[in-house]
Amino acid sequence: MRDPRLYGLMAEFDGPGALVAAARRAHGEGYRKMDAYTPFPIHELTEALGLRRTRLPLVALTGGILGCATGLGIQWFSSVVHYPLNVGGKPLASWPAFIPITFELTVLFASLFAVFGMLGLNGLPMPYHPVFNVPRFALASRDRFFLCVEAKDPRFDREKTRRFLSSLGAREVSEVEE
Amino acid sequence: MSESIERPPGEGRGRVTPPPIIEPGHTFASVTDKISAIVLGGRQPLFWVLGFFVAFLLVLVFLTAVSYLFAKGVGIWGVNQPVGWGFDIINFVWWIGIGHAGTLISAILLLLRQDWRTSINRFAEAMTLFAVACALLYPLMHLGRPWLFYWLIPYPNSMALWPQWRSPLIWDVFAVSTYATVSFLFWFVGLLPDLATLRDRATKKPAQILYGMLAMGWRGSALHWHRYETAYLLLAGLATPLVISVHTVVSLDFATSIIPGWHATIFPPYFVAGAIYAGFAMVLILAIPLRAVYGLQDFITMRHLQNMAKILLATGLIVGYGYVIEAFFAWYSGNPYEGYMILNRMKGPYAPMYWSLLLCNLAAPQLLWFKRVRSSPPMLFVISLIVSIGMWIERYVIVVTSLHRDFLPSSWGMYSGTIWDWSTFVGTIGLFLALMFLFIRFLPMISIFEMRTLVPEAAVEAEAGKKK
Repeated sequence: MRDPRLYGLMAEFDGPGALVAAARRAHGEGYRKMDAYTPFPIHELTEALGLRRTRLPLVALTGGILGCATGLGIQWFSSVVHYPLNVGGKPLASWPAFIPITFELTVLFASLFAVFGMLGLNGLPMPYHPVFNVPRFALASRDRFFLCVEAKDPRFDREKTRRFLSSLGAREVSEVEE
Repeated sequence: MSESIERPPGEGRGRVTPPPIIEPGHTFASVTDKISAIVLGGRQPLFWVLGFFVAFLLVLVFLTAVSYLFAKGVGIWGVNQPVGWGFDIINFVWWIGIGHAGTLISAILLLLRQDWRTSINRFAEAMTLFAVACALLYPLMHLGRPWLFYWLIPYPNSMALWPQWRSPLIWDVFAVSTYATVSFLFWFVGLLPDLATLRDRATKKPAQILYGMLAMGWRGSALHWHRYETAYLLLAGLATPLVISVHTVVSLDFATSIIPGWHATIFPPYFVAGAIYAGFAMVLILAIPLRAVYGLQDFITMRHLQNMAKILLATGLIVGYGYVIEAFFAWYSGNPYEGYMILNRMKGPYAPMYWSLLLCNLAAPQLLWFKRVRSSPPMLFVISLIVSIGMWIERYVIVVTSLHRDFLPSSWGMYSGTIWDWSTFVGTIGLFLALMFLFIRFLPMISIFEMRTLVPEAAVEAEAGKKK
């Protein structure tokens, strides 16, 4: 039965290897609503947890195209439409001279989109999250590795999941309150 | 694409070549504790207190010089006809050059999978930010009416005017401000997981709140890490051409004019190489005392110093090639003004500057061919100082000797900096150092989470995990 106050069960592991093996087993067992928390990025986890590839590169590409269009657009509009000025008979739309600013704005917009896209997709800043209610979770930013199976997973069962997580060699399994 | 993304290099592939990039015996916990203790441990060494004190005095010198400048105008400087660009441009180019190493280390070495970059990238990025901040001050002060700086930015205005898009000086505004923004983003994104570590490790309430807010609720989720690494790699890919473009645009400030000695196609690559050269020299100047004072020899090993020394030597040779080609162009062009310019540099009133420039930038780094020199931190420190001074003289020679005698002998003149030029320059050095000291005090100067990936624990067990 689902307890509305329970966010999930959190298993603590000593090393990255144990965590990756556990994540793989849990995924094989059919658990889907789960997440791992680690002190540094571990590539094997992405695949072990069955995570989808991020759309972030597309977000950055959109930013880049937008920046490119803004840079070229503003220079063309001001030189050709808004304030045409004949300088020594040179063409108004002297595009080679517009390249440096177009390039800089492309990079600027793509970078801003990449960073804010990453923060946005990750839902940061996030002032509160239930996992921080586990006292030992502070070690997730030092030397411990956590796997959290969330209560909203259809296969979640407080007792069975707890036994399953313990059987994976977890040091400790704790309940995460909402 | 994201499937193939590697974590920042240094997920220790077992390396046997001595010296190592991290001394053996370290664990996740020891790396974390050692680096975060510098920030959270409370007491700073005497080096920090004295260093910050001196730097702060120099900041006061800077504030005095700037206050007087704003009260009286740029007439207090030595600039006048015919030398209209003096210390302001020399120092601008010098600082922005120094600011190139940080992003180079973070971005280009990341893409090249040079895992030794991990322990030096954080403070090199901080150095970049502070150097760029110092650089930005100079054009602002040189505007004469700095409060109208926003006229450089295109915005709908009642004067119905636009910036001059065909001017490299406007390109500079976009290049340098983009560079400052992207460098800041790169630095902050790199800091995010470490701020979470500081938040979790802090014991005092103010520190918990401060780092808690800055960490934005980072919790190290696997999904977050996946997007994080993608973002970091994208930034690296974007910053790499950006670094090259910034100093290229700076060199175009000179190269698009027709002044003898400036109007040369060699300028963009020559300036970019000079920037990397000056930047690595400054990284060495900062790294060598820091590792000694804070006992970071385990993390910033001789391997790092030797690699940087090699980069210094390589870029120094490129810069030296630039000097030779400059002289060759002047002769081969057959242009009498170009020819006179180079002879005037070698034999004119500024000849001592020219020869000391060659001594500092071309002769001194040749010592780095010797392994004994590359393995000696004091020698590296001295050579880096000489190179830094040499790079300043280089910009002095380029700016002043070209302007002081151009086409019309009737308009020739001499230039020298006044006391206010010098005090502003010394003041920005103080500002740079003061910001560096504050950074060391309040933020981890080595990337903690990336250092964790270098520890053997991370490697061996991840390998085991791969086997299924």
